[in-house]
Amino acid sequence: MGAMSTKEKAGWYVGALLIVLYAIVPVVYILSMSFKSESDLSNRQFFPTTWTGENYSGIFAGSGSELFLPALRNSIITCLVATLIAVVLAMFAAYAIARLNFPGKRLVLTSALAVAVFPVITMVTPLFNLWRRIGLYDTIPGLIIPYLALTLPISIWTMSAFFRGIPWDMEQAAQVDGATSWQAFRKVIVPLAAPGVFTTAIIAFFIAWNDFVFGISLTSTSRAQPVPAALSSFTGSSYFVQPTGAISAAAVIVTIPVVLLALVFQRRIVAGLTNGAVKG
Amino acid sequence: MSATATPLGADVAADPRSTRRSRGSDKSRAEAKLGWYLAGPAFVILVLVTGYPIVQALYDSLFSYRLTAPADREFIGLRNYGVILTDTLWWEALANTALITVVTVAVELVLGFALAMVMHKVLGWLRPIVRTAILVPYAVITVVSAYAWQYAFALTTGFMNAVVPGVGEDFDWFANKWTALLVICLSEIWKTTPFISLLLLAGLAQVPSDTIEAAKVDGATAWERLWRVTLPNMKASIMVALLFRALDAFRIFDNVYIMTQGAAGTQTVSALAYNQTISRLEIGLGSAVSVLLFVCVLAICFIAIKVFKVDLARARGEG
Repeated sequence: MGAMSTKEKAGWYVGALLIVLYAIVPVVYILSMSFKSESDLSNRQFFPTTWTGENYSGIFAGSGSELFLPALRNSIITCLVATLIAVVLAMFAAYAIARLNFPGKRLVLTSALAVAVFPVITMVTPLFNLWRRIGLYDTIPGLIIPYLALTLPISIWTMSAFFRGIPWDMEQAAQVDGATSWQAFRKVIVPLAAPGVFTTAIIAFFIAWNDFVFGISLTSTSRAQPVPAALSSFTGSSYFVQPTGAISAAAVIVTIPVVLLALVFQRRIVAGLTNGAVKG
Repeated sequence: MSATATPLGADVAADPRSTRRSRGSDKSRAEAKLGWYLAGPAFVILVLVTGYPIVQALYDSLFSYRLTAPADREFIGLRNYGVILTDTLWWEALANTALITVVTVAVELVLGFALAMVMHKVLGWLRPIVRTAILVPYAVITVVSAYAWQYAFALTTGFMNAVVPGVGEDFDWFANKWTALLVICLSEIWKTTPFISLLLLAGLAQVPSDTIEAAKVDGATAWERLWRVTLPNMKASIMVALLFRALDAFRIFDNVYIMTQGAAGTQTVSALAYNQTISRLEIGLGSAVSVLLFVCVLAICFIAIKVFKVDLARARGEG
């Protein structure tokens, strides 16, 4: 890109700093809210005057724990299972799309695209009704099924894009060298494909973790309610007390796993997101 | 469904005939069969989880049907649609949704492009830091973003009144329709701009750098290079990013539900459908709102593909 003048470079560096601030200030704010004491919560300042962990003890051991802990368990189970199913199914589909010529290939990709833009709330009304009739309302499987609608499309694209970049000739080379198709697949292709599958799993997990519409519509108790839905049903210790502290602490807890994943796998997630929708 | 899909796929993959390079139509038939064995389960689920609801919603929308009084269920034809389309609440929700979509997508496109430029240009140790930071809003769930922005502006908890110039100590952002919508848009923009900027970054990387250098040599200013070289070369990625975000923004629900619950005239189409179905148990009316929302999404797709010529093959990742 040629030589940049020092002034130009400094400009981009300032821009970079602004991006970092943009990204973290709201997160730091909710973190700071979560450490405020009950009187500080309404002090209308960014930082607490005294830092306290009482909001956290409230949701892990205190009055909020009956709501929060089951919700955390539900979220983890639902999102992990939905991600696993979506990634396994999408892996086979993506293999077929990237590797084989079959009629209807574009149909599969187009339907993935259509499902991705399908308004989630349109799924909610009929599912709400059907789930109540067949006993899936307020159950974890009753959430996992609609989560597949969220996670499958992006998994199919992201993995198709990854799989297209795999040098498939190596599989044939291994077969020429005497390996069976299955051996060639397992020993040569699986190691090459694994990073793509893994990245897809992270992105799918993010999407499932972010769900709110299905969570509040298809569950009602701690039997299946995920964290985002539970957050909105927190109540204060009395009618006059806002649950701000408990919500902030719970918000920080649900943010930790996704932010950690983002920090550790930054390079892969960026590659996955940019490959999936726009071929790089 | 997955339980049957997995061994089925594995079996076929192990079948040596299907992957070995043999000749003629035998091979292509086997390949087609294998293709459908592998892609079939995912495809069936995709069709079922969206196809069933939309058909059921279409059907339910023709009934006067309240869940609390199932015996009174009655076929009323298109009357639900009549009720909705003559109600100002629907038009307000539609106008709000359209406004939020246009404003957030426009701001995100400009802001996202700026972020992508910075990510593209910054080198060295700052590069991974910037790219990691940009993923934070993407990873944070929408509900958490909604609470953070709500608390920052709320009359009881917020510090924003002290920070924003010209705003009084006791100004209530959520009591006024336009300021409430502004805060909703801010949260939406904060959370989703990173996604757009990453798509644009991928587009930027495809712009041939020698063309830009050539324009530079020919004496084009930075502004001219941006408009004449960079942007035209990125047109396809910009269009795809725009379509995706517009469709996503049009479904806006989480931010509205958390911040205002549709109060102060901030109702959106998704929130309206939710209120009818889940809060009021009006299955018939709720289904009709859902169907209308679906029609709006189809219309946006149609306009994007026919008028703006968004390349679907590219959107599908076929490039």
